[in-house]
Amino acid sequence: MLVYQTMREGKLDSSRRIKCPECGAESAGLEWERALQVCPRCGFHAPIDAYYRLSGILDPGSFQELEEVPPADPLAFPDYPAKLARLEVETGLRDGAVTALGRIEGRRAVFGVMDSRFLMGSMGTAVGERITQAAEYAARKKLPLVIFSASGGARMQEGIFSLMQMAKTAAAIQRFQSRGGLYISCFTHPTTGGVTASFASLGDIMLAEPGALIGFAGPRVIEQTIKEQLPEGFQRAEYLLDHGFLDQIVPRSEWRTVLAQLLALHEKGGRS
Amino acid sequence: MSRFTPEEKVKLARNPARPGTADFIGALFTGFFEQRGDRLCGEDASILGGIARFHGRPVTVIGHRKGKNLEENLRCNFGMPSPEGYRKAQRLMKQAEKFGRPIITFVDTPGAYPGKEAEERGQGEAIAQCLALMSALEVPVISVITGEGNSGGALALAVANRVLMLEHAVYSVLSPEGFASILWKDASRAEEACGVMKLTAQDLRRGGIVQGVLREPEGGAHTDWEAMFRTVDAALTKELAALDKLKGPALAKQRYDMFRAMGQNLPPAGREEP
Repeated sequence: MLVYQTMREGKLDSSRRIKCPECGAESAGLEWERALQVCPRCGFHAPIDAYYRLSGILDPGSFQELEEVPPADPLAFPDYPAKLARLEVETGLRDGAVTALGRIEGRRAVFGVMDSRFLMGSMGTAVGERITQAAEYAARKKLPLVIFSASGGARMQEGIFSLMQMAKTAAAIQRFQSRGGLYISCFTHPTTGGVTASFASLGDIMLAEPGALIGFAGPRVIEQTIKEQLPEGFQRAEYLLDHGFLDQIVPRSEWRTVLAQLLALHEKGGRS
Repeated sequence: MSRFTPEEKVKLARNPARPGTADFIGALFTGFFEQRGDRLCGEDASILGGIARFHGRPVTVIGHRKGKNLEENLRCNFGMPSPEGYRKAQRLMKQAEKFGRPIITFVDTPGAYPGKEAEERGQGEAIAQCLALMSALEVPVISVITGEGNSGGALALAVANRVLMLEHAVYSVLSPEGFASILWKDASRAEEACGVMKLTAQDLRRGGIVQGVLREPEGGAHTDWEAMFRTVDAALTKELAALDKLKGPALAKQRYDMFRAMGQNLPPAGREEP
């Protein structure tokens, strides 16, 4: 795949050292890259951008991006358009989600991947619309739908319109599933708020990366509310697995294998 | 035009003297039979629900309950539901669909409870399932936002064919305090947040988020409960009659299409120089 190919060809900068935000250990950048941006010491799965993630999962050459949706500014929120424009330059994205058609071991599926570089992957009208369109496209083409979430929740700058994206995406997923579609939801670090409370929690299959923070309320808000410290590991993927909210935890290097297995088990795209 | 500012409306919407879900149920419905429990692990008093008659006709009625005094407030967690509450609501709504009863919801919550146990039991999943379920119900659903409708905890009971708001109720992505704290790292700028959030019934009607604004008595709903009840009664009667003309699948489609269009085809944000 593209990532490995780029590494083999020595195109990545291997001189820099990276400090793990989780365990604090410093390791060579090349080691992080070999481990697909996972800390070689503690296994912390660092957030990665949407295209990078897809490049490590899809069959080479199978990526076909679905139409992008431009962000809106329904509240005329101060400085928001300028912020969006700056992020577009920095990330090359119009907003916080990429949707695409692709194949894994030859099996076609529709993919949605959130990108936390873009305002924490928060869901405003553009992200909501793009996820909804992906679900509708998957329904039309009778293809499985795979979404990798990474989001701080509803995007504040778009106010109530962001909140309504929760209803809109949940409705689109519900409609897709009621017509026999297979939806695999993959939580990555961190996914909270309105994304956890909408499409991300509705998967037929629910998966997560190791250590991913997954919740409705963020840990700080909870600690302020209950005025006590939360236990170690609270709201982490392993904790959710123990509490019955996930089917499995999937290390980053295993996504392609696991998704291939699941797509094969639903060969007709989930229809009987 | 309303003479209250958005900040004043937020205060009015939170006024404990305003009629709440239990008051609306008591005044507008007869023979209320309360249904408790989620059949999984618990009963959450912050969501009140059951079967009642509306002008003689059986309906399912569900709403957030804040309680009227400190003891009740504590029992109802100040109207902040836990997953058990949302799962009870799902149970009641599925039952309503099974028996062909319209569903009427009253929305008034500071938000879903951000607590440890709520997270352990899947607050996000419980809300998500409410949204998915409501979006496809084949019975009429009408929601009335009576006080404050904050975040996913409010929306979880408001995926309706018609969303109505009392004139001084507010409905927003998060409380103004939470909004200010996230965007400006300063919860004390909540008043300023009220000004930019477009959370009033009038703003939301213009934005196509709610379909009707119900006039409050002079000074607010708390000044004249009876007048408020008459207005809500008339609105529910009218909307229900309109929805009765639609068959089940058409009801689900109307609701789906309405939410599908929200935030769609808005003008792209101005592309200023960064």
